Amino acid sequence: MSTKYAYYPGCSLHSTGSEYDMSFKLVAKKLGIELEEVPGWVCCGTSPAHSSSHLLAVSLPIKNLALVEDTGHKEVAVPCAACYSRFKSALYEIDHDKKLAEDTKEIIGSSFHNKVKVMHPLEIFAKITSQELKDKVKETPKDMRVVCYYGCLLTRPPKVMQFDDVEYPMTMDKVLENTGYEVLDWSYKTDCCGATFSLTETDAVLNLCQKILKNAQEVGATAIAVACPLCHANLDTRQTDINTKYNTDYNIPIYYFTQLMGLAFGFNQKELGITKHLTPVPMYIGSGSE
Amino acid sequence: MSTQTAIIPDAKFLKQIDKKIKVNANLCYQCRKCSAGCPMSYAMDYTPAQLIHAIRLGLKDLVINSKTMWMCSSCQTCTTRCPQEVDIAKIMDTVKIIAVSEGIKPPVSSVHIFNKAALRNIKWFGRMYELGLIGDLKLRTFEFFKDMGLGVKMFLKGKLKIIPSLSLNRTLTTFNIFSRVSKKEKAESNN
Repeated sequence: MSTKYAYYPGCSLHSTGSEYDMSFKLVAKKLGIELEEVPGWVCCGTSPAHSSSHLLAVSLPIKNLALVEDTGHKEVAVPCAACYSRFKSALYEIDHDKKLAEDTKEIIGSSFHNKVKVMHPLEIFAKITSQELKDKVKETPKDMRVVCYYGCLLTRPPKVMQFDDVEYPMTMDKVLENTGYEVLDWSYKTDCCGATFSLTETDAVLNLCQKILKNAQEVGATAIAVACPLCHANLDTRQTDINTKYNTDYNIPIYYFTQLMGLAFGFNQKELGITKHLTPVPMYIGSGSE
Repeated sequence: MSTQTAIIPDAKFLKQIDKKIKVNANLCYQCRKCSAGCPMSYAMDYTPAQLIHAIRLGLKDLVINSKTMWMCSSCQTCTTRCPQEVDIAKIMDTVKIIAVSEGIKPPVSSVHIFNKAALRNIKWFGRMYELGLIGDLKLRTFEFFKDMGLGVKMFLKGKLKIIPSLSLNRTLTTFNIFSRVSKKEKAESNN
């Protein structure tokens, strides 16, 4: 098993989702995983690119994967579900369209040998045995009942993503269970949060997110774990707006799954960036730094 | 007597889409599974299945003026569940691209303005500079106070950077990619 990965944080992990970056790095280090940030990485293009130009949407991810190849790494860790999806889609497309593959090479202006494997941190942690994970646990927060929210892009479309079961994935559930959390079944694991409509069609985001929060509350969850900075932004920062619009009183903390792993490993809330959340979080143990 | 004129199916539009992305909308048999699972269909003027049907009938004007593709969140549920493996989400993207290239003013302008602003941002900074993107968006939508409170809260939590992370190397990378893509696309549309 490779324990060294190239690391592509993506734009969100350097800004609105910086706590995902902080917590992923700490947890990876604790598990003996080395991450080397890809020098000179650029944006994957995300929705604006694939809504505007097919060639651009494929070229930006392939350029980044070419930069990964330059580092000599065989695998790249991509925590943002949107970047992860764009990378895997681009690889799928050039595998299935020779002309597009040729055009892309011309556009990126550098060589690309298609030798890099794109990995989500969940896939990396899933390779670690449950015993190894359990051995790292110092003290898992008690009384936290977690539902795992995967969102759209980790699993869909399955022939491209090939990540767990498309409608009812369990990878995150298992990783968190192995770090001592009580994980609940629920119905909104892979429903959409509204994604990039956050700044434009905000009402759509409020509508979709209130359904997710409602189901989480109905099954008795006291926390939602996510693996995508867009899902986090929508569910965490929009709860006040949802409560105003739908006359509800949701107050459910939204954590990156890496933050929950980190809490169990004994890191404190500040180190894990939990203090950056807008929806208030209860004070858990882990006050002493690792 | 009905004054409705009969619709004579015209495959030109369908072929235009097929040529661009190699997705054949004619495989659709209208089971409407895409529309049943679509989280955004409530906000569309035509459901995804209706839009696909309109494409098959050659109703190009109706399709490219529709709100539907602009309200698509690209969640990929339709593409995933289609029993005929029609990549509906990709058709949504392509219809947006065709509509814009033919000078249609998108009925959901916020999304189009956002896409353009985001791409400008990526082209010039190499990475998304979120505060710059928000500023650009506000100047173009005149919605200066929307989400202002939220923006301030996020800024105080250190989630938004005031100064973009600049690098000439990165700007050159994206600038070159954007320029080559638009040059290539222009050349191909002239063929």
